[in-house]
Amino acid sequence: MSSANPDTPRPPAGRAGMKKELPERFRDYRHVWVFIELERGQVHPVSFELLGEGRKLADKLGVQLAGVVLGPPEEATQNAVAEAFAYGADLVYFIDAPLLADYRNEPFTKAMTDLVDTYKPEILLLGATTLGRDLAGSVATTLLTGLTADCTELDVDADGSLAATRPTFGGSLLCTIYTLNYRPQMATVRPRVMPMPQRADRGIGRVITHKLSLVEHEIVTKVLGFLPDSQSGTANLAYADVVVAGGLGLGGAENLQLVKSLARAIGAEFGCSRPLVQKGWMPADRQIGQTGKTIRPKLYIAAGISGAIQHRVGVEAADLIVAINTDPNAPIFDFAHLGIVTDAVRFLPALTEAFTRRLSPHSRDKLAS
Amino acid sequence: MHIVVSIKQVPDSAQIRVHPVTNTIMRQGVPTIINPYDLFALEEALRLRDAYGGEVTVLTMGPPMAEDSLRKALGYGADRAVLLTDRYFAGSDTLATSFALSQAIAKIGETFGPPDVVFTGKQTIDGDTAQVGPGIAKRLDLVQLTYVAKIASIDLAAREITVERRCEGGTQKLKSSLPCLITMLEGTNEMRRGSVEDALCAARSRIVKWSAAEAGIEDLTKCGLRGSPTVVKRVFAPTARSEKAAQIDTAEKTLRDLADELIVAIFTRQPALEPELAFEGA
Ligand SMILES: Cc1cc2nc3c(=O)[nH]c(=O)nc-3n(C[C@H](O)[C@H](O)[C@H](O)COP(=O)(O)OP(=O)(O)OC[C@H]3O[C@@H](n4cnc5c(N)ncnc54)[C@H](O)[C@@H]3O)c2cc1C
Repeated sequence: MSSANPDTPRPPAGRAGMKKELPERFRDYRHVWVFIELERGQVHPVSFELLGEGRKLADKLGVQLAGVVLGPPEEATQNAVAEAFAYGADLVYFIDAPLLADYRNEPFTKAMTDLVDTYKPEILLLGATTLGRDLAGSVATTLLTGLTADCTELDVDADGSLAATRPTFGGSLLCTIYTLNYRPQMATVRPRVMPMPQRADRGIGRVITHKLSLVEHEIVTKVLGFLPDSQSGTANLAYADVVVAGGLGLGGAENLQLVKSLARAIGAEFGCSRPLVQKGWMPADRQIGQTGKTIRPKLYIAAGISGAIQHRVGVEAADLIVAINTDPNAPIFDFAHLGIVTDAVRFLPALTEAFTRRLSPHSRDKLAS
Repeated sequence: MHIVVSIKQVPDSAQIRVHPVTNTIMRQGVPTIINPYDLFALEEALRLRDAYGGEVTVLTMGPPMAEDSLRKALGYGADRAVLLTDRYFAGSDTLATSFALSQAIAKIGETFGPPDVVFTGKQTIDGDTAQVGPGIAKRLDLVQLTYVAKIASIDLAAREITVERRCEGGTQKLKSSLPCLITMLEGTNEMRRGSVEDALCAARSRIVKWSAAEAGIEDLTKCGLRGSPTVVKRVFAPTARSEKAAQIDTAEKTLRDLADELIVAIFTRQPALEPELAFEGA
């Protein structure tokens, strides 16, 4: 049990923890690391978003930005290294081993904590995905350091500490959290919260290869199989450029068809507010918001959604928010860019029809002539 | 088999309001509930007990009033409840919380028999971190199986467990060994109503209450604020956007005209969008 470990850092007493008194042994911890999440050959886009954010932090601190790539000895793992450089990493820490083929907590925790102990980063960022959260929790506990979940903003303050801001109390308040006296300072960020940085082909830079000090028979958990989601389309919601969503204001499950039709007409993904999932009108992976997906589309159309804070935090990063609601005082009009006070059930078919008219090549030709 | 379920009493966040002037949380009168995600863990534990025999112990760390949620859990049919309560735990972050809970689980093991499975919910609705489960697993050196959607089988003799867990883009089937820690995914089952007998038992049962010392926690520097590496420096309200949504005037217009007007407004603001939509949608 790691809590019995004799060289556990002695925490500063009481409120002294509020002051930065970084123990000697942490003073040479440097650089910003981003875990490059790779599952079945694909780099999760959240890793690139984190590299973009990590770049800013590293530049502010005047240190290097490193990607951490853990995977099986395959081309896909090598590709992940190249991608980390393309999205801004100065160097990559790299472990390839057959044991890292499918995600399992034990070998990944071991790989990550070994790297941290050897190369000593001051900041370690991971995506708040199912994989990232599983890994971050055990890495932080093994290293006995602080971990701030689901950050929406990361910054470096005057004394070089990581200021990690996250929503609290369901998003109604924000709080800024520091890990002053332990290293690394760890944080997770949900997909789509940070913007996607520009990709640039810069070739492969410095790669530091490390060996995994673990063998298969030391790992208790075995992967028996993997079943990909049959509805693969739903995975696109977070990354769609245009999203149409419906809320309770639509009145009944049958009216969700109106949302889906509009989405189909303009090549959008569709989503919903939470009550619709709770009523069983929509599957859970269509839910947008604090406990659903964070989206970042160029256009978001919300029909019959009140705009409660838990919904708002999931859509705020959209470039253009259009709200359709019968109540002129609905909170959604406080953060939407365009509002229309009308009955969504009647208006959605008209909107679908108008889009189809305007967007179909045929009608465009007619307009031009 | 012995199953420990760690639950948390949380404010019903749907009912929390922020004071408009002071930006502080108004907790007064806000009812507390068992963290909804924990109910899936509790129900799964009860089902395992019903299938394989044994006992379910529910554990919570919190103020004395957290006893309410333990009584509720007993009402659903848990066999025993342990409340870990001490002012030393105040201000615990996830690392300190996982320390205290892991110590209490070790003590439960010594007192009532070692657990075969420790359950938690996927995350809480107030903290939302999903970190305490993995933290407990690491500290107790248990295999951790997070986001479990289904327990496919348990072989008590061989000390083996097979589960299905949600991961990015699909479901993983894993075989592991007991004892282990499982964080249960939401929507995986439905909490039972609890029998009249359970309700009567719950009302009469004595809840085991442990202070830090009684739970065998010697090193108090690992608890509460002192044991928490993270420090909350600032709590503030999100900045409100200055202007409200530009309203499309609906007076005396047909739905068709309104729709056209909205589309013009959209493409005026986002001109790049029009060719993209025409390309994707048409
Ligand atoms: C812990 C927690 C987590 C949560 N997470 C999420 C989350 O991730 N995502 C989420 O969405 N919610 C979440 N919620 C719920 C959230 O607080 C709100 O309850 C929810 O977003 C409300 O959904 P709604 O706007 O569809 O319904 P309502 O609040 O009922 O609003 C319906 C709206 O429709 C309007 N309306 C009615 N009729 C019409 C009509 N004919 N045409 C047009 N408009 C009409 C009404 O004026 C009203 O504004 C969470 C809550 C909690 C406590």
